[in-house]
Amino acid sequence: MVPLSWYLVLAAALFSLGLYGALSRRNAIAVLMGVELILNAVNINLVAFNRFIVPAAVNGQIFALFVLAVAAAEAAVGLALIIAIYRTRNTVNLEDADLMKG
Amino acid sequence: MTLPTLDLVVLLPQLIVLTAALLVLVVDGLSGARSWLLAGISLVALLAAGAAAIWLSLQPGEPRRLQAMAVADGFALLFDVVIVVAAVLGVLLAYQSIPRISQQVGSYYALLLLAVVGMMTMGAALDLIVVFLALEILSLALYILAGFNRSEPRSAEASLKYFLLGAFASAFFLYGAALVYGATASLNLEAIAAALAGGSRSPAMLYLGIALLIVGFGFKVALVPFHMWTPDVYPGAPTPVTAFMSAATKAAAFAAFLRLFLTALPTAQPTWSWALAVLAAVTMTLGNVAALRQRELKRMLAYSSIAHAGYAAVGLVAGTAQGAGAVLFYLLAYAFMNVGAFGVVAALERAGEYDVARGRLAGLSERQPALAAAMAIFMFSLTGIPPFAGFFGKLYVFGAAVAAGWGWLVVIGVINSVISAYYYLQVTVEMYFAAPAAEAPAAAAAGKKGRAVAKAAAPSPAPEEGKAAPAPLSRATAAAVLAAALGTVLIGVLPALLTGWIAQAVQGIF
Repeated sequence: MVPLSWYLVLAAALFSLGLYGALSRRNAIAVLMGVELILNAVNINLVAFNRFIVPAAVNGQIFALFVLAVAAAEAAVGLALIIAIYRTRNTVNLEDADLMKG
Repeated sequence: MTLPTLDLVVLLPQLIVLTAALLVLVVDGLSGARSWLLAGISLVALLAAGAAAIWLSLQPGEPRRLQAMAVADGFALLFDVVIVVAAVLGVLLAYQSIPRISQQVGSYYALLLLAVVGMMTMGAALDLIVVFLALEILSLALYILAGFNRSEPRSAEASLKYFLLGAFASAFFLYGAALVYGATASLNLEAIAAALAGGSRSPAMLYLGIALLIVGFGFKVALVPFHMWTPDVYPGAPTPVTAFMSAATKAAAFAAFLRLFLTALPTAQPTWSWALAVLAAVTMTLGNVAALRQRELKRMLAYSSIAHAGYAAVGLVAGTAQGAGAVLFYLLAYAFMNVGAFGVVAALERAGEYDVARGRLAGLSERQPALAAAMAIFMFSLTGIPPFAGFFGKLYVFGAAVAAGWGWLVVIGVINSVISAYYYLQVTVEMYFAAPAAEAPAAAAAGKKGRAVAKAAAPSPAPEEGKAAPAPLSRATAAAVLAAALGTVLIGVLPALLTGWIAQAVQGIF
């Protein structure tokens, strides 16, 4: 059987990929995709921990289901916001979102 | 097989607010719905939820639980009261200004109430799944509220920034939760504490998980270096939204932060309290120093709210029951004084304006003496001058930190209070001692003020500078400011009314 550490390495790699995408991309949708990759890394972790550490319980898998559902809701809200900003600015490039300087 | 019994009374405040949110949507759908009816339903539901929370907290015996998922203990219920205070003031402030910027008044109140449901659940959650769900419920509603002013590009930009950084922070929180799950084999806060009592099997994973949880919460309460969104989102969002979210989100996030770290992770306290102490010190300093330079009120209050997150974090660093109670008291005081300050800003705002320049305050004491007096109270309270609520908030937080041996952190906190006095008191000076005509460029003799006015006037679409008075103070806004001022003074004069109650309530999380 594939050992737990392999799953954790896969999840960590996916997390790093998502983090890189979210930090380096200038397109709001691409940033959102990076965040979704991190969420999938979380799901792999949760399911793997559930399977290897507490096989009798299901709470890790249920958490993963909740993460999926919330990620869908988050994407719906996020894409709506991105469309709203596209309508006024004709761009979803984050470098153009500079009306306010942090 | 028997179905589990669900003691839904535990969630009574949340259920009341949720019902009201759905009712507001239905009533809004009916033709001819009036704005006052929607606001009225929201207000009644919020007050009923607050009453339900107080009633539940007065029940004798063990706190009631919803399985192992949520609990209605004094800690959760007092945080409910803090959130209700912020939400009631937020609804009152919205009554005048939201119809001016949007047709969808019903959605506004419904989203605000849904955010309140999430916030209340944050404090009651006993399981990482529930913490996550509550965090997302409140966040998703607030992302939309921040962008509610559809005609203002800055509002859309604020909501997009808030969304992207918030989603990012949620992902970090989740990764941390997954690692803590892996290290302790449990998602329940009490079971995590029990698993850690005998020492962790995989400390590396545990500490990495805790670090990621701190990042996730740090974003929500705006601790430096996770604060970047605050100075953009607070001014960009409509002022009533900023007022509500600055106080209520902080309270909700700190409620879950406190319960998670004090109930589930007390064995790791020596580690995380150091990390948080450094964050708190940096947060207080950077927030206050950055606020010094701001010439616009909402932006200044945004940086000041970062600094206040740092003060509240000092109580969490202490990690004692005294510290947790101090944070609770601080956040209640903060709800009154900060929503009140934003309420004054909302009253001064002109239609289509992005932020209120500080020069606008000049001579306010002559034009609107009551408003100026209220603003002075909020500024004194935010500085921490007795006998206002903010003074006792800071006193209790710093006292708890000293008692727990964090003297150096308190020294930094007190120095920061002195720094913050400069910009808070300058607001008061401008209201009472600056020439009222300061808005006309010719009268702005002081070069500093002249630049501020010029900078603020440039993006402002108002054609008649100096002539365009702000919309007359509506009764709802006046009521919100008055209630906030009364609360600030009352808590400051009689803190003993609450301290005994709070001290008893926080025992439940240990």
